[in-house]
Amino acid sequence: MPKISIQHVGKVFGEGSHRVEALKDVSLDIADNEFVTFVGASGCGKSTLLRIIGGLEYHTSGEVLANGQPVAGPGADRAMVFQHYSLYPWLKVMENIKFSRRLKHGREDITSAEVEAASGRADALLSLMGLNAAANAYPNQLSGGMQQRVAIARALMGRPEILLMDEPFGALDAQTREVMHDLILHVHKLEKPTLAFVTHDVEEAIYLADRVVLMAPRPGRIDTIYEVPLPAEREQDMKHTPEFLRLKKEILARIRETSGMKTDQGMLDQLNMEAAS
Amino acid sequence: MPSRPGMWAIRGPLSRNQYWLFAALGLLAPLALWWLVSSSALVDKVFLPGPVDVFNRLVTWYMDDDLTSDIGISVYRVTAGFALSAIIALPLGLMIGTFRPVQAMLEPLTDFIRYMPAVAFIPLVMLWVGIEESSKISIIFIGTFFQMVLMMAEDVRRVPLAQIEAAQTMGATRGESVRLVIFQSAKPALLDTLRVTMGWAWTYLVVAELVAANSGLGYSILKAQRFLQTDKIFVGILLIGLIGLVMDQLFRLAHRKAFPWLHLRS
Ligand SMILES: Nc1ncnc2c1ncn2[C@@H]1O[C@H](COP(=O)(O)OP(=O)(O)OP(=O)(O)O)[C@@H](O)[C@H]1O
Ligand SMILES: [Mg+2]
Repeated sequence: MPKISIQHVGKVFGEGSHRVEALKDVSLDIADNEFVTFVGASGCGKSTLLRIIGGLEYHTSGEVLANGQPVAGPGADRAMVFQHYSLYPWLKVMENIKFSRRLKHGREDITSAEVEAASGRADALLSLMGLNAAANAYPNQLSGGMQQRVAIARALMGRPEILLMDEPFGALDAQTREVMHDLILHVHKLEKPTLAFVTHDVEEAIYLADRVVLMAPRPGRIDTIYEVPLPAEREQDMKHTPEFLRLKKEILARIRETSGMKTDQGMLDQLNMEAAS
Repeated sequence: MPSRPGMWAIRGPLSRNQYWLFAALGLLAPLALWWLVSSSALVDKVFLPGPVDVFNRLVTWYMDDDLTSDIGISVYRVTAGFALSAIIALPLGLMIGTFRPVQAMLEPLTDFIRYMPAVAFIPLVMLWVGIEESSKISIIFIGTFFQMVLMMAEDVRRVPLAQIEAAQTMGATRGESVRLVIFQSAKPALLDTLRVTMGWAWTYLVVAELVAANSGLGYSILKAQRFLQTDKIFVGILLIGLIGLVMDQLFRLAHRKAFPWLHLRS
C-alpha cells in the first residue's frame, strides 16, 4: 500500500472571473519511506498539492489517501515544515520542540514514564539537530538555519509517518543549505518518515530525492516524474557527476518549456531599439 | 579605520546619555518658553499663568481642595471604564479575528458605531443609566470600546497563518489553536493596544465628567473655567498628562517583563 495516494485530484480556487484551476487531475503514489521532491514553475500548484496532503487545503475533486485513510483535515500523522514564521517566538527552543507533547498533556493523563520518554526524545532531537547549546534560547536569537532546524525537530517530535516540507530552506544561504541537506537525509534515514518536499532549487530536488516530480502550470498538473539515478547514500560530490548534471540540465530545460514564460525576442529587440534611440 | 556613524546619520545610534540629554531638552524647552512668555507681561495672567502660579495652585489644591480625592475618583472612573471595555473587547476581538462569520457579523457594525461621536451619547447615557458613577464609566466605555475591539481583532488577524497551521499539523484542536497559539501569539500586540486605548480613555474623562459630576480632575478643569482660574486648568491638564505618562510607562514595563523574547535585541 502506498503511504500517500493522490488520485485524480483537482483544486479550483475562487469562482467566476476569479476562478483559478490550481490542480487538474493529479495522480501520484508515494511509497513508505520514499523521498519525493516537487519542482516546477512558480504557480504550478506545488504548495497547493502539499497543503492538500497535509489537510490544510481541501481538494475539489479526486481523492487523497494517507496511510490508506482519506485525508479530511490536518493531523499529527502528517507534520509540516514551513518556509517562514512558524516557530513560536514566545517559547524557548526546547518548549517549541515539545509543543506537540504539551497538546497531548492538556488532553489526557500522562504517566511519568511517558513524560520521561518524551524528554528523552526531545533531547535526542536537540542533539540530532545540533541545537544542544540553544535549548534555552528564544527563536529570534537564532540564525535562520538554526530556526529551521528547530522547526524540523518540532515536526519530528510527534513521530509523524509523513513529513511535508514547503521550501523549508528557501530563505537560507547556499552553505547553510548544504548542511541542511545532509541533515535532512540523515533524519530521513534515521526516522524513516515518508518525505514530500517542495523546492525551487533543482539541484536540491535531485540531491535529496528518490524521485523528482516536475509540475507544470495552468492548469497545475504533473508533467514528468524523474527517477534519480544516484546511490541511496548521497554525498555532496555526487552533484558533480555526469548523470547528476545531465538530469539537472534536463529538468531545468523542461521547467523552462512548461513555464510558458519564453523570452520574447520581438520585445527584446524593441527594448534595445528604444534604448539606442 | 571605519568610524561609528554619528547620531545624525539616518537612523543613527544614540547613546543612553545622549538620549536623556535630548529628552530633557524636549521637555525643558517648552517649559522655559512658557516661563519666558508668561513672565514677559505680554500676556495677561488670566490667559497664561506662569509655572510658578501653576505650582502654587497645585499646592493649594492639594492642601485645601482635596486634590487627592479628585485624582482618586478620576483614576477610578478611567480604570473602571477602561477595564470594562477591555474585558468585553478581548474575547470579542479574539472571535472576530479568528472566525470569519463573527467578523462579518460584528465588524461592519462596530466600524459604524465607532464613527458615532461618543460625546453625542451623553444625553442618551444620562437617560438610560442616570447620573451616577455608572454614567461616567459608560461614556469612557463608549469612547474606548469600539476602537479597542477593532484594534484587537486586527492584532489577532496578524498572527502568522504558518504558526496556526503548524499547530494543526501537530494535532491541535480548534480550541487549542486559539488558546495556545493565536492568543499567545497576539498577546504582545494586545497589550500594546491596551496601552494605546488607555490614553484615549483619559481623553474621554473630561467629557465624562461633563455629566453632572461634582468631583474629579475633568470636572475641576471645567469648573475652573467658569471662575477663570486658568492656573487650575493648567494644573488639571498637566496632571492628566502626567498620570497618562505614568500609566503608559507601566504598560511598557509590563510588556518588557511579560514578553522578554521581544526585548532581547535592541
Ligand atoms: N488561497 C488561494 N486563493 C486563490 N488562489 C490561490 C490560492 N492559493 C493558491 N492560489 C493559486 O493557485 C495556483 C497555485 O499556487 P501554489 O501556491 O500552489 O503554487 P506554487 O507552485 O507553490 O508556486 P510557488 O513556486 O510560487 O510557491 C496559483 O495560480 C495561485 O495563484
Ligand atoms: Mg509554493
